[in-house]
Amino acid sequence: MDAIRTEGLTKHYTVGFWRRRPYVALDDVTLHVGQGEVFGFLGPNGAGKTTTLKLLMQLIYPTAGRAEILGRPAGDVDVKRRIGYLPEQPYFYDYLSAEEVLDYFGALCGQSAADRRARIAGLLDEVGIGAERRLPLRKFSKGMLQRVGIAQALVNDPEVVFLDEPMSGLDPLGRREIRHLILRLRDRGCTVFFSSHVLSDAEALCSRVGILVAGKLATSGTLSDLALNLRGWELVVSGLSEDALAQARSRGHVTSATPLSDARYALELPLTPPPEDVLSGLMAQGARLVSLNPLRDTLEDVFVRQVGSTPVRQAAEPT
Amino acid sequence: MRAVGHIAVNVFKESVRDKVLYNLVVFAVLLIAMSYLIGELTAGQDLKIIKDLGLAAISIFGLAIAVFIGIGLVWKEVEKRSIYTLLSKPIGRAEFVLGKYCGLVLTLLINVGVMTISFYAVVAYIDWVSTPLVRASWPAPAADPAMLKAIGLIMIELMIVTAIALFFSTFSSPFLSAVFTIGLWVVGQFGQDLREFGAVVNSSTAATMARGLSYVLPDFAAFDVKAQVVHGQAVPISYVALTSAYGVAYLALLLAGAVVVFSRRDFK
Repeated sequence: MDAIRTEGLTKHYTVGFWRRRPYVALDDVTLHVGQGEVFGFLGPNGAGKTTTLKLLMQLIYPTAGRAEILGRPAGDVDVKRRIGYLPEQPYFYDYLSAEEVLDYFGALCGQSAADRRARIAGLLDEVGIGAERRLPLRKFSKGMLQRVGIAQALVNDPEVVFLDEPMSGLDPLGRREIRHLILRLRDRGCTVFFSSHVLSDAEALCSRVGILVAGKLATSGTLSDLALNLRGWELVVSGLSEDALAQARSRGHVTSATPLSDARYALELPLTPPPEDVLSGLMAQGARLVSLNPLRDTLEDVFVRQVGSTPVRQAAEPT
Repeated sequence: MRAVGHIAVNVFKESVRDKVLYNLVVFAVLLIAMSYLIGELTAGQDLKIIKDLGLAAISIFGLAIAVFIGIGLVWKEVEKRSIYTLLSKPIGRAEFVLGKYCGLVLTLLINVGVMTISFYAVVAYIDWVSTPLVRASWPAPAADPAMLKAIGLIMIELMIVTAIALFFSTFSSPFLSAVFTIGLWVVGQFGQDLREFGAVVNSSTAATMARGLSYVLPDFAAFDVKAQVVHGQAVPISYVALTSAYGVAYLALLLAGAVVVFSRRDFK
């Protein structure tokens, strides 16, 4: 059984005041996310990521298609006991403290007062909320509210967690802590579905990703499925003469050269000839090796390719 | 339905931490004290004026709480997006609406309760300082328990007003909700006039329409027995029970409407 499953999920909105016209927010999205996976849901602004998450939470209703979580229809109250959700830029009751908010949400999840007391303290420690947990939330920064948001998504020890832009508003330390938290969730067998603009987070955390562009799922798969291929080498050398560099360029052994500080060069080498052959030739002319690294397609390259190749969003057929 | 209780308690907690609510209670208590002072200046009529002003103050301050908190009950959750987190928890949309309603009714109940206690304290004090001769001139005892009938009907009326405000709050802005709620409350004071409209117009169509409207709109005038209890006239318990039953049926319909509207909404 998939943890998350959507079949032809479609959402149209009506926009305009005088001239009402349909707008396709999400178009025929079919997704399967297995249990225990960390799935990254990527896409540019306005691609439909938040719309998809809202459909999965049944905050909005689909125009067509269906969504299931843990084999039950999205919005099913029993399923909601087993999931957690962090909305984008979450807002909570600012007259409550972090402890009170979690206590409220824990109570709504059916937890006893004793269970809530036992869980909330540990959860706030886990997301890095310290002594300020007893202050009203109106005194919290955006990053601190994000941490409370993540804590409330985990208050019921969920099997599936939906995180909409979880790194938003966090400082570098906070981002690292949340990355580690997501990995701990994965290790506990929790399915994590998160939307993000930060591709490095997706590369570091996800077993699979989906890229949404203009309301359509442009591609999805494991990072290796998405052709993160080796496309050359980056060689950094020092003591390289202008003549030696010109010769290497003329033979096609170097595709680009970038001067660095301390008389060093960063050279981009093609896949052939092998980098050790090029390196030995350069060293014979007085160059010294500083570093050699493979150049692979990044998720960003795939993302840019997908976003660039997808046509702009179409207006919906009137319904 | 346990979620309804948790949501209601949270609404009450918000009201308690909202300084406006404290101000309303303070103003109500002040008004009752003022009515006592006015009574001191009006020979012979002091108790009647105090009762009139006290009951009116309970009604008006309760109305202000019902309207101005009621219109923001659902709207604020949607506008500030806290609804996203809340509805992702294992609760139904109907439970959310009912929880919000019960929370405000609880707030009203406690406010009306505090105002009632203050009011009875004032009239009991007048009773204590008055001579037997003055007491004999009163149409009803100072701390007349029959006033609880009037306060009970005020409470039912406030519960209907809250349900109206909540209903509009599920799909409308606070400004429009306030206009609609107050408008309905004002029109609801003239239910009897609408029913008897035929006596003052020649058009039978207008008369029929007015009569039909009087059955659809809430008949708030029926809940006003303040004058009767102040003048010591009997208000039968059967009247109180029947009017209360009408009120509960009316607010149940409003809540059902609010649940239907709210359950169909997209939270974009």
